[in-house]
Amino acid sequence: MSTLTEAPPPLAPQAPASKPPKRRGRFTPYWLLLPGILWLVVFFALPMIYQASTSVQTGSLEQGYKVTWHFATYWDALSAYWPQFVRSVLYAGTATILCLLLGYPLAYLIAFRAGRWKNLIMILVIAPFFTSFLIRTLAWKTILADGGPVVGALNTLHVLDVTNWLGMTAGDRVLATPLAVVCGLTYNFLPFMILPLYTSLERIDGRLHEAAGDLYARPWTTFRKVTFPLSMPGVVSGTLLTFIPAAGDYVNADLLGSTDTGMVGNVIQTQFLRVLDYPTAAALSFILMAAILLMVTLYIRRSGTEDLV
Amino acid sequence: MPFVNWLKRNLVVLAGLLTLGYLLLPNVVVTVFSFNKPKGRFNYEWQQFSLDAWKDPCGVSGLCGSLSLSLQIALWATLGATLLGTLIAFALVRYRFRARGAVNSLIFLPMAMPEVVMAASLLTLFLNMGAQLGFWTILIAHIMFCLSFVVTAVKARVMSMDPRLEEAARDLYAGPFQTFVRVTLPIAAPGIAAGALLAFALSFDDFIITNFNAGSTVTFPMFVWGSAQRGTPVQINVIGTTMFVVAVLFVLVSMLAGNRRNRQKA
Repeated sequence: MSTLTEAPPPLAPQAPASKPPKRRGRFTPYWLLLPGILWLVVFFALPMIYQASTSVQTGSLEQGYKVTWHFATYWDALSAYWPQFVRSVLYAGTATILCLLLGYPLAYLIAFRAGRWKNLIMILVIAPFFTSFLIRTLAWKTILADGGPVVGALNTLHVLDVTNWLGMTAGDRVLATPLAVVCGLTYNFLPFMILPLYTSLERIDGRLHEAAGDLYARPWTTFRKVTFPLSMPGVVSGTLLTFIPAAGDYVNADLLGSTDTGMVGNVIQTQFLRVLDYPTAAALSFILMAAILLMVTLYIRRSGTEDLV
Repeated sequence: MPFVNWLKRNLVVLAGLLTLGYLLLPNVVVTVFSFNKPKGRFNYEWQQFSLDAWKDPCGVSGLCGSLSLSLQIALWATLGATLLGTLIAFALVRYRFRARGAVNSLIFLPMAMPEVVMAASLLTLFLNMGAQLGFWTILIAHIMFCLSFVVTAVKARVMSMDPRLEEAARDLYAGPFQTFVRVTLPIAAPGIAAGALLAFALSFDDFIITNFNAGSTVTFPMFVWGSAQRGTPVQINVIGTTMFVVAVLFVLVSMLAGNRRNRQKA
């Protein structure tokens, strides 16, 4: 096994001089790609185009829709649902920061301190994935129940006073408040933060830490100057893998929140599946997509890891 | 102050273990409440110990039907996505061709798109085509979103493969087919298996895309979703607990098997 994993990187494509290229082989990559790419074009790219056209249609479900280039739908959707947009970015952003703060120590623990417990901890991080995430999210209803031990503890520690002041909770309740939604989002997307963090921490040569120590760096300085910068690829991909799905999620806001905590996902779902106002729903999901692509591009530019994707 | 020093040295470990606790807490709650005997329709408050749900996991109408439907969809979606994804991964790693960049972006985009956007756009397509929503539309959607993950997993493995091994096989007069079956496939197998496992887990657990494209068909996640509104039977906790235990055992067994194989080789 070890000979394989330590094999040198794949050689550069062979110069055709050594072997005459087979005529048959010229189209091979296209034949290999054809079925899968066709699938993605028909069921991923084409739907996006359909959705773009739906978003500029007017009409009704009974009389049918027509493309009328009615761009006002975008404006109407945005002005009616901007609070949900703001909430999505706010909740997903908070959850991403919490995931980073919570996930980093665990990823660090697995990478450097776990020893022979490494595999077991890894299993315990991944295994909850296999219990349906809806069941686990429902369990948070029990955990955060009114008058339960968690709410009691937060009350005793005066955490609820702070979150009340921040507008994250209301009174003695946690359930059906923004705090519950953020807690659910953080929980659900935490593994997506831990795994890339672990992968990039794992790659760091332990001798760099020793070297920093030899140069009289204190542990905190070593972390700040050596470990953290080297783990940046993991931080960037972890935050993206957390933020993007969290911003589009509507399950947490629905199960743990109230009508005052609706996110864009909730609006899109309601407009599409209950109100059946397809143009508005299509416009909303286009705005969401554009906003996320814009934020992601800016973020990747700023963090300087463009080779990530 | 030895305690303060100890705390300082092990702060990371403590914080990490706390996070692990946060990750596992819901699973503990799911397990404990699978032994509950709830009053009323909802299983959110502890009442009384009981084994009723464990004795009769299919006792709720529709639950086991939705479970078997989800398993079927996940199996077919895994098969489809793994097949298509492996072909793409090989083409991307092994060949230089035009449109390589475009193909790479087409693979990347589904992973960078919020699920609700993909779900809604796919529904627009199906409505425009007048397709009957149900088993087939769910399967199509699942293969679509699992595909990229399979490609990524297989690509990683094929990229770290030494092409000289295949050259050696050819030098020993193995035909292209023989080389592929006897050399290439066995080496790529762990990557393909990882991709397949990921696809299975993603498909089996998917709610958002399924909810949009299922029509009146009910998969297991949709059954759970519905029960959150109507009343959650304890049997859902039984299934959740079983899934967790099976997953842990599966990983443990495969790791032990891997260890033994490595030791035999050494």
